[in-house]
Amino acid sequence: MYEWDFSVIYQYRWLFLQGLGVTIAFTIAIIIGGVTFGLVASSCLLSRFRLLRVVALAFIEVFRCTPILVQLVWAYYALPILAGVEMTPVTASLLALSCYGGSFYAEIIRGGIVSIDPGQSEAAAALGMTPGLAMRRIILPQALRRMVPALMNQSILQFKNTSLVSVLAVPDLVYQGQMVAHDSFRPLETYTAVAVGYFAILFPLTLYVRHRERVSGAKR
Amino acid sequence: MNTSLPMIEITALRKSYGDLEVLKEINLKVETGGVVSLIGPSGSGKSTLLRCINLLVVPDDGAIRVGKTAFSFGQALQPPRSRTLADFRSRTGMVFQNFNLFPHMSVLENVMEAPVHVRRLPKAAARDMAMTQLEKVGLADRAAQMPETLSGGQKQRVAIARALAMEPEVMLFDEATSALDPELVGEVLQTMQKLASDGMTMVIVTHEIAFARDVADRVVFMRDGYVVEDGPAREVIENPKSEATQSFLSHYHKARSAH
Ligand SMILES: Nc1ncnc2c1ncn2[C@@H]1O[C@H](COP(=O)(O)OP(=O)(O)OP(=O)(O)O)[C@@H](O)[C@H]1O
Ligand SMILES: [Mg+2]
Repeated sequence: MYEWDFSVIYQYRWLFLQGLGVTIAFTIAIIIGGVTFGLVASSCLLSRFRLLRVVALAFIEVFRCTPILVQLVWAYYALPILAGVEMTPVTASLLALSCYGGSFYAEIIRGGIVSIDPGQSEAAAALGMTPGLAMRRIILPQALRRMVPALMNQSILQFKNTSLVSVLAVPDLVYQGQMVAHDSFRPLETYTAVAVGYFAILFPLTLYVRHRERVSGAKR
Repeated sequence: MNTSLPMIEITALRKSYGDLEVLKEINLKVETGGVVSLIGPSGSGKSTLLRCINLLVVPDDGAIRVGKTAFSFGQALQPPRSRTLADFRSRTGMVFQNFNLFPHMSVLENVMEAPVHVRRLPKAAARDMAMTQLEKVGLADRAAQMPETLSGGQKQRVAIARALAMEPEVMLFDEATSALDPELVGEVLQTMQKLASDGMTMVIVTHEIAFARDVADRVVFMRDGYVVEDGPAREVIENPKSEATQSFLSHYHKARSAH
């Protein structure tokens, strides 16, 4: 019979908190990076120019259809060999996770934009707005409002995806958990604590997204 | 007195969508202050012609002049740049069947939007301009409301005010009353009639034959991408010359003689 002993968690609390801090900081960075990538990629997808559309589509599908773990390893180990680009584990992780998330954000943003009634851009054009101004003032504000739940869902996934950066020895919550598990010989308690940490942050967020979805659903 | 140029001049205009030729050699002039009504069966090209006048649809061939701005189109010619198109469209007003108000802005913001962001008027001046136009359509007291809280007729009047706030040289109406409940049609037609009597140059696509007869100076009947008949409103509607116009109007005349 296994004797659970959660006192180790308290003993290593600072390591856990450090890890959590890294995870949160990473998530914020890759959400910003991902949304930026996504905005650029989705505007390319909607561009008049075929070349831009093709490049954006290729980018999106490559990152959507390959495992994020492979992308991380590839960014850190293969890019230096192939392209001579040396990166720290943190930079490589940020890049890979931003591109991975960005490819999903791009589809969400594109979908939000095309869901807006074409009559809106027509009315804007008829008033003398250039396509860029119409996008900024008329289409995006309406589209963003519709996209919020989907963007937040994707960001929740991004939060969990940060756990993979531990393979590049970035000291996030999972990495610190591994360290503690080794050190304390209490892997079950340690990983349970890690899971509780993720849950405590994500569960309130998912409740909020659900609430937002209900509100915007009722409005439509 | 007829030495002045017409406000709108359309010459040998053509437009195709793929293999479908929607406009075939259209010629049309509208005098300054003139009100022309476009009528014709569904699919005859009325909306396409109207959208060509403000270049929401770019024609394949021919020429368009509105006020002082002229464009020629053809295979050998570059299509106008989007900046040029935007400038041109800012001087024509268009009203759509489905209103197309901006749902994320209040009534006042809808009307102020283009004056502020396209004409770059100071906010205060744009607000004054917007309130003047809202008063003109009788909706100044609704300025703070959101579009979704208005009736269809009120929405369409806001859309008219929004177009007028750019002080356009011409106003284009595409079935402005077709999406309205019958009891709301009157208030919009009244607004349009007032605009016409104020001297606005207008092109109106409509199924309201009686309105076309009473408010327009001229009626243009289209079928299959051609202008079939073009003449004084009363004449075209009461005594159409072409057989196509007669049969199109027979419904209207039958309904009227039944009363
Ligand atoms: N963007 C488009 N792409 C392809 N075909 C189009 C497009 N717009 C219009 N058409 C076609 O062109 C023809 C003329 O359309 P248009 O909308 O000008 O007719 P209309 O006279 O306004 O008809 P309605 O009274 O039904 O509004 C129709 O056959 C229509 O299907
Ligand atoms: Mg039409």
